[in-house]
Amino acid sequence: MISLTRTWAVMAKEFVQLTRDRLTYAMILAMPIVQLLLFGYAINDDPRNLPTAVLVQDQGGFSRSVLTALDNSGYFEVTRVARSTAELDRALERGEAQFAVIIPADFTRRVVRGEGAQILVEADASDPSATSGAVAALLQLPQQALARELAGPLATRASGPPPFEVVVHRRYNPEAITAYNIVPGLLGVILSMTLVMMTSLGMARERERGTMESLLATPVLPIEVMVGKLTPYVLVGLVQAVLILVLARVLFAAPMSGGWLALGAGLMLFIVGSLALGFLISTLAKTQLQAMQMSVFYMLPSILLSGFMFPFRGMPDWAQWLGLAIPVTHVLRVVRGSVLKGVGLENAGPSLLALLLFVLVVGTLAMLRYRTTLD
Amino acid sequence: MAAPGPAPRRVEKAEPSDRGAHEKVIDVRGLNKSFGALHAVKDFGIVVERGRICGFLGPNGAGKTTTLRMLFGLLRPDSGEGTVLGFDVLKDSREIKRRVGYMTQRFSLYEDLSIEQNLTFTARVHELDRRRERVQAALDGLGLTARRAQLAGTLSGGWKQRLALAAATLHGPELLLLDEPTAGVDPEARRTFWDEIHGLAARGMTVLVSTHYMDEAERCHEIAYIAGGRTLARGTADEVIDASGLVTFHAEGPGADRLARELRGTPGVEMAAPFGTVLHVSGRDRAALEAAIAPYRKSPLVWSETRPTLEDVFIQLIHDREAAKAKAEAA
Ligand SMILES: Nc1ncnc2c1ncn2[C@@H]1O[C@H](COP(=O)(O)OP(=O)(O)OP(=O)(O)O)[C@@H](O)[C@H]1O
Ligand SMILES: [Mg+2]
Repeated sequence: MISLTRTWAVMAKEFVQLTRDRLTYAMILAMPIVQLLLFGYAINDDPRNLPTAVLVQDQGGFSRSVLTALDNSGYFEVTRVARSTAELDRALERGEAQFAVIIPADFTRRVVRGEGAQILVEADASDPSATSGAVAALLQLPQQALARELAGPLATRASGPPPFEVVVHRRYNPEAITAYNIVPGLLGVILSMTLVMMTSLGMARERERGTMESLLATPVLPIEVMVGKLTPYVLVGLVQAVLILVLARVLFAAPMSGGWLALGAGLMLFIVGSLALGFLISTLAKTQLQAMQMSVFYMLPSILLSGFMFPFRGMPDWAQWLGLAIPVTHVLRVVRGSVLKGVGLENAGPSLLALLLFVLVVGTLAMLRYRTTLD
Repeated sequence: MAAPGPAPRRVEKAEPSDRGAHEKVIDVRGLNKSFGALHAVKDFGIVVERGRICGFLGPNGAGKTTTLRMLFGLLRPDSGEGTVLGFDVLKDSREIKRRVGYMTQRFSLYEDLSIEQNLTFTARVHELDRRRERVQAALDGLGLTARRAQLAGTLSGGWKQRLALAAATLHGPELLLLDEPTAGVDPEARRTFWDEIHGLAARGMTVLVSTHYMDEAERCHEIAYIAGGRTLARGTADEVIDASGLVTFHAEGPGADRLARELRGTPGVEMAAPFGTVLHVSGRDRAALEAAIAPYRKSPLVWSETRPTLEDVFIQLIHDREAAKAKAEAA
């Protein structure tokens, strides 16, 4: 029989130990704030004067105006005038230029004749935050760049459809994750970082400090130990999640478009799943160092394969399958769906089910791994 | 995990009230435990009756802690059988844990919890009633009421031991397993401690206590001496001494202690050790021993035959074991 008193005994002890450790306490609150500010602003920042390489094949006068307009937008700074597409490519590849602009040979002629003139812009979008503002500015370009030139006989060209088109190719990161997209990912990663690591140390710490022997000497059941040890951290996880969401709203004006039920269910399942995983790790690890190593081993795929760093659909199939086994992937979808799109329970269903499955499987494994003897 | 199936039943039907004085609280046979290649406990068997204090002695690494852990269910014996408080020692460790108090050799309460919080934790995991009262009584008993909020980790070694004992007895166990409870405790506190143990035993508590102190061994009703995982001697202190067949002489006087070196290795002398200014010389063959010390039986030394102490016997047992081992290796 599971006893509430025994569970409460373990829970109260964990609470006291958690609050006794001031540094841990501070970390719980500081980590989400600092990380969010760090990543959020790094991402939200609207960088200007980005290095731009240009290749002008056009001999006409309009190309000069286009370049001036680019410069005037404040986002682009022509740092290199290339003589071939190969040189342009190299500049992008090496990261010497964030943008490569090609003005094709017949640009001026096509503008004058209204024959669908184009300029081609290649953007290094591996850091999407760096390029998003600039790309937005590019869209304004056709209207403004040639305003002065298209007077007099060409006035009709000015009022009709834009005189030319800007074709933007995003290289390296076609999905172009935006600042909003980073909040859900950060939420998942920060929560697993705190929760998995903190609980994974739990049993190993008891073992290292020798308190395991008296814990096992009591009649507490494994499930009571698990529930008692994890409950305080459910609270920790909720505090962190709320903190992150509020900050995302206040600092970055994330839309928060509803879907609260799905969000709540997703977060709760994710928190419990992360804690169960932490507990499983702690039953496997002999020392706190081992527990730490195992948590880090879990963290890396959570960051890399969940869709947080790299767009999920851009990954090879095997990586996607691996990603699907990671709870961060699913909580990311739930949070993205509800915060950004206001998706309800039914649409979040598959992700919620996946999270539930994770909780059940990992929780059971942890219980099976738990030893009531010192062998 | 909660074991499904029928609730564990005591092998004996008797209820606590009508159990006689000769009830066997511990009754185990053939317990074995190996750690990899190391056979830490070999064919351990012991019977301890209710209300008895049984001392558990032996050199470091003898297997005392391992044995206590097996009796308590913290380690699963590789083989063996028997009962503790009437419960199967292999199957019913949860029932045993409820009724037995176990004090670990290494301090194992939570150092980052206060004295009171540790006791409260213990009271809760045992689902005791009147928890506040019991914790208060334990604090009063320890004389730690004023320091109840102090972190357990900041207590001195001796106080840690006392707190650990209080925690181990909080749930009113019928049997106490104490693993070197007085290591590092000052003599005064040790005496109080033992008075308390005897008090508990008088009220029907059974105690199995491991120790390295000879004076404590002598305060036990009975002792078991183990070395290398094997039980080498068993019985009351007197029985153990008698069974050893040892003859001991003491020599007193100037330079007596320096004689030890000369006597050691002489045929008939199995042990020669100075205790302060007094020299203890023992051997099993009385004639040979007397012959060996004859050259030194002159003034200023004063010789007297005395009853061997437990310590003499234990040192003897170790020597025998080493000799047997050396012989086995030579063969
Ligand atoms: N978990 C373990 N894994 C491997 N070996 C162990 C383990 N526990 C004990 N041993 C070994 O078993 C032997 C018996 O150890 P035990 O702790 O029972 O001795 P002890 O009589 O309590 O010694 P001491 O007086 O020093 O406390 C030792 O050689 C020890 O190294
Ligand atoms: Mg020991």
